[in-house]
Amino acid sequence: MTDLATSDTVDLTDQTTRSASRPASSVALIGGPPPGAATLEARDACAWFGDHLVLEGVDLTMPAGKVTALIGPSGCGKSTFLRLLNRMHELIPGAALDGHILLDGEDIYENGRRAQQIRMRVGMVFQKPNPFPAMTIRENVLSGLKLARIKCDDKDGLVEESLSRASLWKEVRDRLDRPGGALSGGQQQRLCIARSLAVQPNVLLMDEPCSALDPTSTRRVEETIAELRDNVTVVIVTHNMQQAQRVSDRCAFFLAEENQPGFVVEQGTTHDMFSNPVDTRTLNYVQGRFG
Amino acid sequence: MTATLSSPPATRTPAARRPRRPRERTPADLWSVVGSAISALCLNWLIFYRFTDGASLFGFALCSYVTFLVLFTVVTRDRLGRLVAADRVMTVVVMSAGVIVMVPLLLLIGYILIEGVKALRITFFVRDQLGITPLMDSTAGGGAHAIVGTLEQVGLALLWSLPLGLAAAVFLNESRSKWRRPVRIFVDAMSGLPSIIAGLFIFATLILPFGHTGGLFGFNGFMASLALAITMLPTITRTVEVVLRLVPDGLREASLAMGASRARTVWSVVFPTARTGMTTAVVLGIARAVGETAPLLFTAFGYDLMNTNPFSGAQESLPLFVYRNIRKPDLSAIARGFAGALVLMLIVLALFAVARYLGRDRSKRRAASNRRRSAALSSAAASSAGASS
Repeated sequence: MTDLATSDTVDLTDQTTRSASRPASSVALIGGPPPGAATLEARDACAWFGDHLVLEGVDLTMPAGKVTALIGPSGCGKSTFLRLLNRMHELIPGAALDGHILLDGEDIYENGRRAQQIRMRVGMVFQKPNPFPAMTIRENVLSGLKLARIKCDDKDGLVEESLSRASLWKEVRDRLDRPGGALSGGQQQRLCIARSLAVQPNVLLMDEPCSALDPTSTRRVEETIAELRDNVTVVIVTHNMQQAQRVSDRCAFFLAEENQPGFVVEQGTTHDMFSNPVDTRTLNYVQGRFG
Repeated sequence: MTATLSSPPATRTPAARRPRRPRERTPADLWSVVGSAISALCLNWLIFYRFTDGASLFGFALCSYVTFLVLFTVVTRDRLGRLVAADRVMTVVVMSAGVIVMVPLLLLIGYILIEGVKALRITFFVRDQLGITPLMDSTAGGGAHAIVGTLEQVGLALLWSLPLGLAAAVFLNESRSKWRRPVRIFVDAMSGLPSIIAGLFIFATLILPFGHTGGLFGFNGFMASLALAITMLPTITRTVEVVLRLVPDGLREASLAMGASRARTVWSVVFPTARTGMTTAVVLGIARAVGETAPLLFTAFGYDLMNTNPFSGAQESLPLFVYRNIRKPDLSAIARGFAGALVLMLIVLALFAVARYLGRDRSKRRAASNRRRSAALSSAAASSAGASS
């Protein structure tokens, strides 16, 4: 079940795109993140909003080059945990945290470490597609370079590569100078993925990236994730059990009892989590009996 | 029950297709409006001008309007029922309110236009008031010195207030300082400041203590621009702040998530997104300043001759020109004042047009310039048209 390329998710026309974009990044960036996927590790991570403890004691390893899915009912802290991983949590007024998040063994919350540096290495795709409306498609893809002050000699190559990896290149190559907001919802989301990929991050966080998309777009995003896994560690929050099963190598099940902080009930390979979970709550959830 | 395939499109003749928009109104609706209006007018004419010897025109119009509304309500209720009647009557009331709001504006513009055109000649834009006596014709001389003064003073004022206003708006909207509330209160208080106080402030703090010898702190356009900047600042700040607040937070998050600093996010994401609104803010600020007379009274002071140097010597401006001329007893000067008012309105109009052009969608403009560029390239005279953008 861990093999993503099951016959119903792939059609023949996309095989060519896939094999063409298979090699890692051929475009060199100056001042960008170090190459390759990175391992993320959470040790006893806790999060507060004001006085309210929303996440308690999460220990979770997200191995390099693997897809980790975070599943669980709404309001159990999955998104909060995701935002802990690239220091977006601290942007919310009154937000606080405890514990350690290790990116390739280095604590990203260590004193003196700059959040911008971390966010450049750990990219993020949001639930709602949010391309920059004042920029064209091309500018959207390259926006990360400008925003994070990364230099690149072959911008055209980078645009093509990023859009290809997000399987959007074929659809937009003739209208790169059109505004990004003019695309359909699914295309916008893939544009956002391409934008995140252009800075060549080590980790890509996805917060329910398909919740606003139709089945066809969802399938394409899932294919994109499958293509990415060799070069990027992917952490994806999803409410869709089938999607978690299709795209992920490992799973973590989050749960929050009433008025209690969220925690990880169980984690393991996707196969184990779905076929023989240890905890009955996990079993009930993955079989759709609650949540 | 199985699904049916629809017949292939080829079997339908394309000529038979006509795009149409759904419409709810019928001709009878229009006729009931017209009919109610005519009967209301007739009824009131009978009352006002036959049975009595005619009250004021205003009373006639008001009574006719009320009668029309009543008649229209009754007719629509009879035809279509209460619910529709309420909707239609409200529609009519709202639409007529819109028309009524336009009336004073159009009257004002029309009056200035008619009065101003009488004295407005092309020489108005090139001559000043050199050698003009009260007995001369109103078309003699011109207001070039006032136009130059207005443009210089407002331009300088914009130069001072725009960076300050933008910075204040960014502070109010993008920072998390605890000083935001007091600053907002100060800005609000400033926008309620009578503009003559701004002029007095500059007069009392700069011109009185330092301006004895004239020069930079005497009566001049620079002092006027400072006073105008004070009046523009709150307008620009508040408008830009509102516009920045409209930029979705998702865009800021997306930018920060890619490793951008806050400053970089504001500059590269928030500003470009809010571009159109920010242009509007600037235009509103200019429009506020360009018509101000009071702050100029004891700063620019007013002058009848051309003075192109805003940093030395008293200077005229269009509002001052209007104010000073309309107060004069001779009719030719009053006519010249109206010409000045007309030119002032034209300048504001031109500024609005420029702002609309600059604030246009960036991608649209790029598409247009691309078209122009490709057209220029394909033509033989490609080299001369290179600077089209």
